[in-house]
Amino acid sequence: MANHTPAQKVALARHAGRPGTADYIQALFTDFFEQKGDRLAGEDAGILGGIALYHGRPVTVIGHRKGRNLAENQRCNFGMPNPEGYRKAQRLMRQAEKFGRPIITFIDTPGAYPGLEAEERGQGEAIARSLAVMSQITVPLIAVITGEGGSGGALALAMGNTVLMLENAIYSVLSPEGFASILWKDSSRSSEACDVMKLTAQDLKQLEIIDDIIPEPEQGAHTDPDAVFQAVDAALQKALSRALRISDPAVHRQKKFRTMGTAFLQEPGKDVL
Amino acid sequence: MLNNRFSNRRDRLLRLKVMREGGRLPVTNRIDAPVLFEQCPACNAAVSKKQWAESLSVCPQCGHHRPIGAYQRLEMLLDQGTFQELNANLCSANALEFEGYDSKLDTLRRRTGLSEAVVTAKGKIGGFSAVIAVMDSRFLMGSMGVAVGEKVALAAETARKAKLPLVIFCASGGARMQEGILSLMQMAKTASAITRFQDAGGLYIACLTHPTTGGVTASFASLGDITLAEPNALIGFAGPRVIEQTIGQALPEGFQRAEYLEEHGFMDAVVVRSQLKSTLTTLLRLHSKGGARRG
Repeated sequence: MANHTPAQKVALARHAGRPGTADYIQALFTDFFEQKGDRLAGEDAGILGGIALYHGRPVTVIGHRKGRNLAENQRCNFGMPNPEGYRKAQRLMRQAEKFGRPIITFIDTPGAYPGLEAEERGQGEAIARSLAVMSQITVPLIAVITGEGGSGGALALAMGNTVLMLENAIYSVLSPEGFASILWKDSSRSSEACDVMKLTAQDLKQLEIIDDIIPEPEQGAHTDPDAVFQAVDAALQKALSRALRISDPAVHRQKKFRTMGTAFLQEPGKDVL
Repeated sequence: MLNNRFSNRRDRLLRLKVMREGGRLPVTNRIDAPVLFEQCPACNAAVSKKQWAESLSVCPQCGHHRPIGAYQRLEMLLDQGTFQELNANLCSANALEFEGYDSKLDTLRRRTGLSEAVVTAKGKIGGFSAVIAVMDSRFLMGSMGVAVGEKVALAAETARKAKLPLVIFCASGGARMQEGILSLMQMAKTASAITRFQDAGGLYIACLTHPTTGGVTASFASLGDITLAEPNALIGFAGPRVIEQTIGQALPEGFQRAEYLEEHGFMDAVVVRSQLKSTLTTLLRLHSKGGARRG
């Protein structure tokens, strides 16, 4: 494994040539049928989803889509979904549950879009509802953080029975720029933020936020996509075969996320006050 | 000393005269005047401390709802003698060893008398038992770290086991930055605990107060069976400044306010503070032989 600094990993995670959801679908799945629309208000290209075969098994696959060129970037809003994207994902997850299909998600977003219309149509509600849906659905869910895991907009697809993460992907409560801007009122201190935020796969494995790290080529996923597809495929197969043996995936997920961070609680006597 | 007393008396008479005539009160900057009046941050009217207390911190001139502390809110809502705090001492540790966070928590605990940004309790509202959680924006903007997430989840679990309704008063700037990714995970934790409680037939009433934003909006605040808000409360996912920077234009008047959310279908009712207890009592009565008793 290469020794990149957290700030270098942020750059690698955001690299324009880094494989995205559409690439993983093309490389690892067959018979992909894209499903569009949330059946309420619209279609959001920032989230790509549908049904496909994964090693012969029907699965529902959903992920953030940033787009491969400028026109696509714009159509996908650079992978920053609007509420319609999250509501489409909820629809697909419910449908997966109905037909007993496992769900595989690919996470790669700077965050949910902070726009006027997104707020007007309930961005917060859309993310909250996605979390509620993921706590309920009775089929296994495997999440793979492939690039940027930006805040609630990433978590809204990432409540997996298993959460995998690429070696140079990042996952954080906010972008390093936003973090520096909120805490130090200075967004230019973002590389400093990278160091303290614990956003690398290694840090997150240690904090037990993710389950496994998928190795990348020395200089990042974009330098050898085929090797990355192979590594992701191997990790996914292993995770899926394990997840399929869980007797109640919903309860498993509830328990998994219930304990996150509890090791760091303290309950001192009244003397702190 | 004597001069002081006379000038204070003069001030008071002047204020009474202005009030009788229905005008706006002058703002006093005198250092030696005892602080009997506090200016309304919205309309600048000088309102006596007694009036603020009597009006539940709502400006009698313009109706502005000032944020209030968690214990004050609980006193206002719960029937006398029914307050039983839950997990009172539970608090966050500096899990990510963030510089200065320990001392910040320490200072805040001493200054506010709170152990964390949310107080959870069992009690009665208008005779109906409920589990209630109240966030306090004086504690790091009511931000959600591990302790807040845990207390909210425990409140939902207590309500589920005791088959009681759950009422949460939200006031939060969002996730607690100092606890990083662990804060983000509290969104999953709380949303999941609330959903489990609701799936067991529990009634969850979310009351959104100023401000409710970020990770709290994108988790338990938006999952109420019934959603209420105080007038003019700022409610949203992204903060207004971030949105303005993103879209490069000024936001319309009233954007992300409680009334705006009501208009756009995300709110059952905007309720003035003086009516909150009676509204909650009615809602609890409407569910007293229904959802909240099942499970």
